[in-house]
Amino acid sequence: MTPEYDLAVIGGGPAGVAGALTASLAGLAVVLVDAAPRLGGQYFRRLPAGFRAARPGALHHAPGGLDRFTRQCEGLAARADVLTGHRVWTAGREEADGTVTVRCLEGDREERPRTVTARRLLIATGAYDLPLPFPGWDLPGVLTAGGAQALLKGDLVVAGRRVVVAGTGPFLLPVAAGLAAAGAHVLGVHEAAGRFGLARHPLLAAGKAGEALGYGLRLARHRVPYRGRQAVIEAHGEHGLTHVTIADLDHDWRPLATRTVACDTLATGYGFVPRIDLAVQLGCALRGDHGGQGGHGSPVVAVDAGMRTSVPGVYAAGETTGVGGAVLAEAEGRLAGRSAAADLGRRVPPDPALSRRRDRLAAFARALRESYPVRPGWQEWLRDETPVCRCEEVPLAAVREARALGASDARSVKLLSRAGMGWCQGRMCGYAVSCLAGEADGPGGSPPAPRRTIAQPVRLGDLAGLAPDSPAGGSAPPASPSPEGPPR
Amino acid sequence: MPDVVVIGAGIVGAACAYYAARAGLDVAVVDRGPVAGGTTGAGEGNILVSDKEPGPELGLALLSNRLWRELAASGDGEGARRAPGGARPGGLRGPARAGGGFEFEAKGGLVVAETAQAMEALAGLAARQGAGSASGGAVESTVVAPDRLRDYEPHLAGGLAGGVFYPQDAQVQPALAAARLIRGGAERFGRSALTLRTGVTVTGFTRDGGRVTGVRTDRGDIPAGAVVNAAGTWGGEVAALAGTHVPVLPRRGFILVTEPLEKPLIRHKVYTAAYVTAVASDSAGLETSAVVEGTPAGPVLIGASRERAGFDRTVPPAVLGRLAAQAVALFPALARRRVIRAYCGFRPYCPDHLPVIGEDPRAPGLYHACGHEGAGIGLAPATGHLLAQALTGLRTDLDLTPFRPDRFEGERR
Ligand SMILES: Cc1cc2nc3c(=O)[nH]c(=O)nc-3n(C[C@H](O)[C@H](O)[C@H](O)COP(=O)(O)OP(=O)(O)OC[C@H]3O[C@@H](n4cnc5c(N)ncnc54)[C@H](O)[C@@H]3O)c2cc1C
Ligand SMILES: Cc1cc2nc3c(=O)[nH]c(=O)nc-3n(C[C@H](O)[C@H](O)[C@H](O)COP(=O)(O)OP(=O)(O)OC[C@H]3O[C@@H](n4cnc5c(N)ncnc54)[C@H](O)[C@@H]3O)c2cc1C
Repeated sequence: MTPEYDLAVIGGGPAGVAGALTASLAGLAVVLVDAAPRLGGQYFRRLPAGFRAARPGALHHAPGGLDRFTRQCEGLAARADVLTGHRVWTAGREEADGTVTVRCLEGDREERPRTVTARRLLIATGAYDLPLPFPGWDLPGVLTAGGAQALLKGDLVVAGRRVVVAGTGPFLLPVAAGLAAAGAHVLGVHEAAGRFGLARHPLLAAGKAGEALGYGLRLARHRVPYRGRQAVIEAHGEHGLTHVTIADLDHDWRPLATRTVACDTLATGYGFVPRIDLAVQLGCALRGDHGGQGGHGSPVVAVDAGMRTSVPGVYAAGETTGVGGAVLAEAEGRLAGRSAAADLGRRVPPDPALSRRRDRLAAFARALRESYPVRPGWQEWLRDETPVCRCEEVPLAAVREARALGASDARSVKLLSRAGMGWCQGRMCGYAVSCLAGEADGPGGSPPAPRRTIAQPVRLGDLAGLAPDSPAGGSAPPASPSPEGPPR
Repeated sequence: MPDVVVIGAGIVGAACAYYAARAGLDVAVVDRGPVAGGTTGAGEGNILVSDKEPGPELGLALLSNRLWRELAASGDGEGARRAPGGARPGGLRGPARAGGGFEFEAKGGLVVAETAQAMEALAGLAARQGAGSASGGAVESTVVAPDRLRDYEPHLAGGLAGGVFYPQDAQVQPALAAARLIRGGAERFGRSALTLRTGVTVTGFTRDGGRVTGVRTDRGDIPAGAVVNAAGTWGGEVAALAGTHVPVLPRRGFILVTEPLEKPLIRHKVYTAAYVTAVASDSAGLETSAVVEGTPAGPVLIGASRERAGFDRTVPPAVLGRLAAQAVALFPALARRRVIRAYCGFRPYCPDHLPVIGEDPRAPGLYHACGHEGAGIGLAPATGHLLAQALTGLRTDLDLTPFRPDRFEGERR
C-alpha cells in the first residue's frame, strides 16, 4: 500500500507548524494532526473563534510572534491537510518499507477513528506541566502555570482575582505578567531557585536575558514582588483556596521560616515534562535532560543536527527534544521539515544560519534548565496524608509503604500503591512518584521514561476495528478460536 | 549465612521464600530490580483450575488453589501494620487489606461456548476435570444452560450455546501478592528468617567441587546452603551461569485495561471455550482468546495475547484490536468503554509447557522453580510449598518427576 502522504506531523504548536510548512514548501505532501480544536500549541493557544481581546499584546508578550505564527498557519492550510481535533493514540512504523501509520480519534461524543499513513513522521507533541505535590494542591483554585495560562488565553475571567504564582523557571514570569495585565491582583512570584540563578549563568548574560528583564520590568510596573528561594508549601481552604503557606527555602528547598498569605488562586509550575509517549512507542532513543547539579530532569528524544531520531524516517522537534521555548521550537521544526524533504530526495539548499541559530538557542535553553533544577527538599513539604496521585487518591504514606515492601522505581511503586494507575496514567504525578521511588537518586539523575502503549484513551469498539478479522469497529465478530487455551 | 538464597522476587520466588521460611529455614531473596518487577508485575492474577486438562499441571493448580485460600484467610500476606482504609484497595479509599492484603477474590470463572459443538467439548472437559487428581482434589463445576448464562453475567452477549461455571477460579493482584508474601513471611517467621535485597544482580555461583555453595553478585558473594533459581523468564540464563541447561523462553502477552467503571459490569472471569476443541499448540504465531474480568478498583482487564516475539515491546495494533474485538463480542456494552492502558509481559515457557521444579542433579545445591508460562501466579504457592519440602528433605505432596530440571537433556544437541 502506498502511503497517503510524504510526511505526517503530530502537533500543531510552533514546532509542528513550522515543520509542516517547511516540508510542504519543499514539495512534500504533508498532513498535520493536532488534538486541539485549533492550531497553536501551548504558547499560541488561541482564543475561541470570534473573541477579541481588548489588548492582544497583554496575552502574548511578542504580538509579532503571534502574527508570524498566524501567517504560517494560513500558508500551511493552503498547502497541506490540517486535521485539528484529532487525538493520536498510537503510531507505528513498518520495518520493511518504513511506512508510518498514525491512528487518531476524531470528535468527542461520537468518536470516529481515522488512520493516516505517511513515508515520514515528525513528532512535535510538546510538553506538559510539571506540578509538584504539596498539602492542599488538590484544592479548587490551585492551578498549574500552564492551566493559568490557558485560563488567560481562554476565558479571561481573572480580573479581580488574588493570585499567587510559585514554582521555578523563567516561564513563571510571562504567566505572572499576563495575569497582572489581565487585571488580576498578583500578590507575588515565588521562585524556588535563587532569584538571580538566571543572571548568574555565563551564557545567559546575553541574548534572552533581555526578554527576561522585560518581564521583570513589566512585573515592576504592576508592582508584583518577585522573591527568590521561596515556595508555596501548603494551600489551605475548606471548599476552595483561601490562603497559602509560603516558606523561605534553603539551597535544597527544605522549608525554613513560613508565613501565610490570603488568596483565591495559586498557579504553580516546576518545569515541563516532554510528551514523548509516541516516540517511546516507536522505539526512538532517549536521553536524560539533566537539570544541572543535583537537579532531576525528564527524558527527551535524542536527535541529530537534522532533528532525526534514532528510528529511520522519524523526526522530533520542539519540546520533545528538550524544553526551550517557542522560538527554539520553531527553528527545530524548520530543520526537521528540511531534513524530511532532503531525505526524500527534494533539493533543499543548505541553511547554515538556521542550524547555528538552533544551536545557539538550544545551548541557551540548556543553560536555563541548568539554572532552575528541581531540588529534592520539596519532598519535605509533604505529609503522610498528602495525595501524591490525585486520580487514584494515593497518599504519601502509601507510596512509602510500597517502598518498604520492596518497590524501588516508579513502576513498582505504581503496582503496589496504584500511584499513576488512573485516568492520567501518571502524567500528573509521574515525576514526583519517580523521585519518591528513589529513581532519580542514582548517577545521571534522570528517571527513565514510562512506557505508555496508548497515548490517548481509546474506546474498545474503535480498537476492535483494528482486528485483522474484523470488518468494522464496534460490531466485532465472535471471538476467534485459540488453539491453545485461554490466555492466562 | 542463610540456608537458602532465592534468586528472583517475583511471585514464584516470593512463594518459595515464604514456604522455606515457614519450614524453619533462613532465606535471603535477591532481585536485580524491585520486588515484582519482572513478569509478575506485567501479567494478570488469574488463579485458574478451569483451563487445565487433567495431568500434572492440574494437580499443581488444585493444590495451589487451596493454598491461595489459606494464605488469603490466614492474613499472612497482611503485614502487621494496617494502612489507612477507605473504599479502594491500595489507595486511600481502599479496604487496603481485604483479600489477604493482595486483593484475593474467589469470584469464580464462567467459560462460555459459542457453538453446540464447543459446548459438548467443554462439558466433556469439565467431566474429566471433575474425576479428581492424584493430589486428592477435584475440579468443581456446574454446567450452565444458555438461558441461565445471564443469571451469572447479566451483560453477556446473546446467542451463546451455554457454559460451565467454575467456582474455584479466583484472582489476586500479583505484585501485591509477591510483596506481601515476602513481608508477611518476615513478620511471621522472623525478620532474620526472611530478608529481601533488591538491586542485587546474580552474576555467577560459588562452587565446592560440583556442589553449588552460594551466589556471586554485583554486591559480593552470598554463601548459602542451597540456591533457588526463581528467575522466571530469565531462569535459563541463571541456570547457564551454573553451567546447567534449562530451556526457558519468552512468550509475549498484551493486556488491555479500561477506565474504571462506575458500576461493575462483569462479575466473574469470563472467557470462551474455543480452546477446548484444540490441543496445545507450538505455534509461534499470534493466539488470542480474551479473558474478561472486572477488578475491585473498577477497571476491566482484558487479557491476553500469546505470541513468540522474543523480548520485543513494540505494539502491534492488530493484537490489541483482536483482544478488544473478542471482549466486545462477549460483552457488547464494553464497546463504548475506553482503554486507558495496555501493557505487555513475557511469560516464561518451556518446550513442554510445564514448569521446572526441583533440585538439579547436574548441579547439586541448585534448585529450580521457573518456567510457569501463563500460570505462574496460580501455581506459585504449590511450587513454593513443594520446593520447601524438597529443600528440607521431606517427601513432596506431589510427585515432582514431570517437572524435573534435567528432562530436556535428550533434546540438547
Ligand atoms: C505557562 C507557560 C508559559 C510559557 N511562556 C513562554 C514564553 O514566554 N516564551 C516562550 O518562548 N515560550 C513559552 N512557553 C513555552 C512554549 O509554550 C513552548 O516552548 C512551545 O509551545 C513549544 O512548542 P511545541 O511545538 O514544541 O509544542 P506545543 O506548543 O506544546 O504543541 C504541541 C501540540 O501537540 C499536540 N499534541 C500532543 N499530543 C498529541 C496527540 N497524542 N495527538 C494529537 N495532538 C497532540 C498538542 O495538542 C499541542 O497542540 C510557555 C509555556 C507555558 C506552559
Ligand atoms: C500478559 C500476561 C498475562 C498473564 N496472566 C496470568 C494469569 O492470569 N495467571 C497466572 O497465573 N499467570 C499469568 N501470567 C504468567 C505469570 O505472570 C508468570 O508465570 C509469573 O509472573 C512468573 O513469575 P516468576 O516469579 O517466575 O517470574 P518473574 O516475576 O519474572 O520474577 C523473576 C525475577 O527474577 C529476577 N532476576 C532475573 N535474573 C536475575 C539475576 N541474574 N539476578 C537477580 N535477579 C534476577 C527478575 O528481576 C525478576 O524480578 C501472565 C503473564 C503475562 C505476560
